[in-house]
Amino acid sequence: MKLPVIGQNAAQAALFLLLLLAVPYTLPNEYYLSICILGALNAVIAVGLNLLMGYAGQVSLGHAAFYGLGAYATAIATARFGLPIPAGMAIGVSLATVVAWVVAAPTLKLKGHYLAMATLGFGIIVSIVFNEAVDLTGGPSGYVGIPRLALFGYEFASDHSYYNLMAVVLTFVVLLSLNLMKSRTGRALRALHVSEKAAASLGVDIAAHKRFVFVLSAALAGLAGVLYAHYLSFIAPASFGFGFSVQLVVMVVLGGMASVWGSVAGALFLTALPEALREFEDIDILVYGAILVLTIMFLPDGLAGGLSRLSRRLRRLRRQGDAS
Amino acid sequence: MTAALLDVAAATVRFGGIHALTEADFTIAPGTVTALIGPNGAGKTTLLNAITGMVPLTSGAVLLDGADISSLPPHKRAEAGVVRTFQNLEVFTSMSVLENVMAGRHALTRYSVAASLLRTPGFRRAERECREAALDCLEFVGLADLAHAPAGDLPYGKQRLLEMARALAASPKLLLLDEPAAGLNSKETAELGHLIRAIRDRRGVAVGLVEHDMDLVMSVSDFVTVLHFGHPLAAGTPDEIQANPDVIKAYLGEDD
Repeated sequence: MKLPVIGQNAAQAALFLLLLLAVPYTLPNEYYLSICILGALNAVIAVGLNLLMGYAGQVSLGHAAFYGLGAYATAIATARFGLPIPAGMAIGVSLATVVAWVVAAPTLKLKGHYLAMATLGFGIIVSIVFNEAVDLTGGPSGYVGIPRLALFGYEFASDHSYYNLMAVVLTFVVLLSLNLMKSRTGRALRALHVSEKAAASLGVDIAAHKRFVFVLSAALAGLAGVLYAHYLSFIAPASFGFGFSVQLVVMVVLGGMASVWGSVAGALFLTALPEALREFEDIDILVYGAILVLTIMFLPDGLAGGLSRLSRRLRRLRRQGDAS
Repeated sequence: MTAALLDVAAATVRFGGIHALTEADFTIAPGTVTALIGPNGAGKTTLLNAITGMVPLTSGAVLLDGADISSLPPHKRAEAGVVRTFQNLEVFTSMSVLENVMAGRHALTRYSVAASLLRTPGFRRAERECREAALDCLEFVGLADLAHAPAGDLPYGKQRLLEMARALAASPKLLLLDEPAAGLNSKETAELGHLIRAIRDRRGVAVGLVEHDMDLVMSVSDFVTVLHFGHPLAAGTPDEIQANPDVIKAYLGEDD
């Protein structure tokens, strides 16, 4: 199908947004809505991380740090210094961006396991700062009293309104990511993933592209961080530790490397899964692990790869049905 | 002699104590196929890497159209017009054939990140041009019907052609081919010979050819330079080289 005027990506995104906006009317109570909001926040980070990991092939085991930097920066700016919320949010996203830009230069010279180790170390350092800089961050017990998000005089007081906002934000992030990956930048990132020397030999500035995508994915994590802080109005270092960084990587891998939609699916799935497993009580973590292992075993290219294979098979079946 | 397109002057490359290349001179005139031959370990690939900026020169200079490009990083040299293929295939296996070649036009496809996010008319025009130019290059090497196939699925010989199409898409002034006949059968090698001539004659691109297949080298080259233990041993037309006693000695060993 060709949609020259608005484009295929925009059409898919519009459909996605409609779908998201319909979800609250199918939920039995408010509690599920808060899970959906967290799922959308995680999806924003996972899509950004996939640009870095799935497309450009650069692993980060420290992305929770950028999420935390965004959250703490806006929390401190608004709750302690009384800055307006939009200013706090701008500071939060900017801090994540600037820190990523500074960290990128030495870190992205490393490859594979070494890059993973360096980003892991970075994440741990930031996590220690959140815990130890008690005067600034409130320490391990967390930071309270962050104002609920209000923009242009409208306060997103109800969970439903916050969810709608997240639906719009996530849709934009997805659309812009799809567009970016279908451009010279996307091709260059996928190219350097496979062969840096071949990409360089064709005129791709490897260092600049790696830095760009690292900073972009950190900025998206920072954006999710500020939206998280102004949603919960309470943040604690435990949410931004190594464990969450690993979870983000799992979302990307489980959803499907180099698939924007896959990351959305991976994030929503992994956010909802623990809730769905509540009834298993003591063994829920076991079931959770088993589901992860089975998914990776049977869908090695993730949920996205599995779905596209399924739809191909269905189409083939239908064609055979038509032929006979 | 007319001004050289590529002029490598007294290029020396040392890896620790090893002299991979010693005071090597190498020139390629515009509109020619110039081969670089020599026994294994003679420094041919090192010279190619030095020209494209993938190994640093210990001393010497690389001039393109008279401009010193010795200090430029690889991607800048590609923009300046020096593009290469690889002895061990470096095809972007995760992308389609067409996307590979479109990636080859990276430096020529100009628009901002913002334009690609918003899919502006300028972006769409540039992408269309990129796509058409890429299809044209695929047509040229004979892979047009495989444009949408995953590049990793192509057989070996076709991946070689794809690398050449991808390099041509960058509109180089000079195309450097690193052992393009390696792993090809005799029929494919003959077709490769035609293609190399077509690149020179129809595209007007000068070709630097590192190759072990002497039949191919002698049939397509206008000039041949021989490297021996990192030193340039001889340079001349294929006939001169084949008659050169030093070259014969280097390749066959001495009698006495």
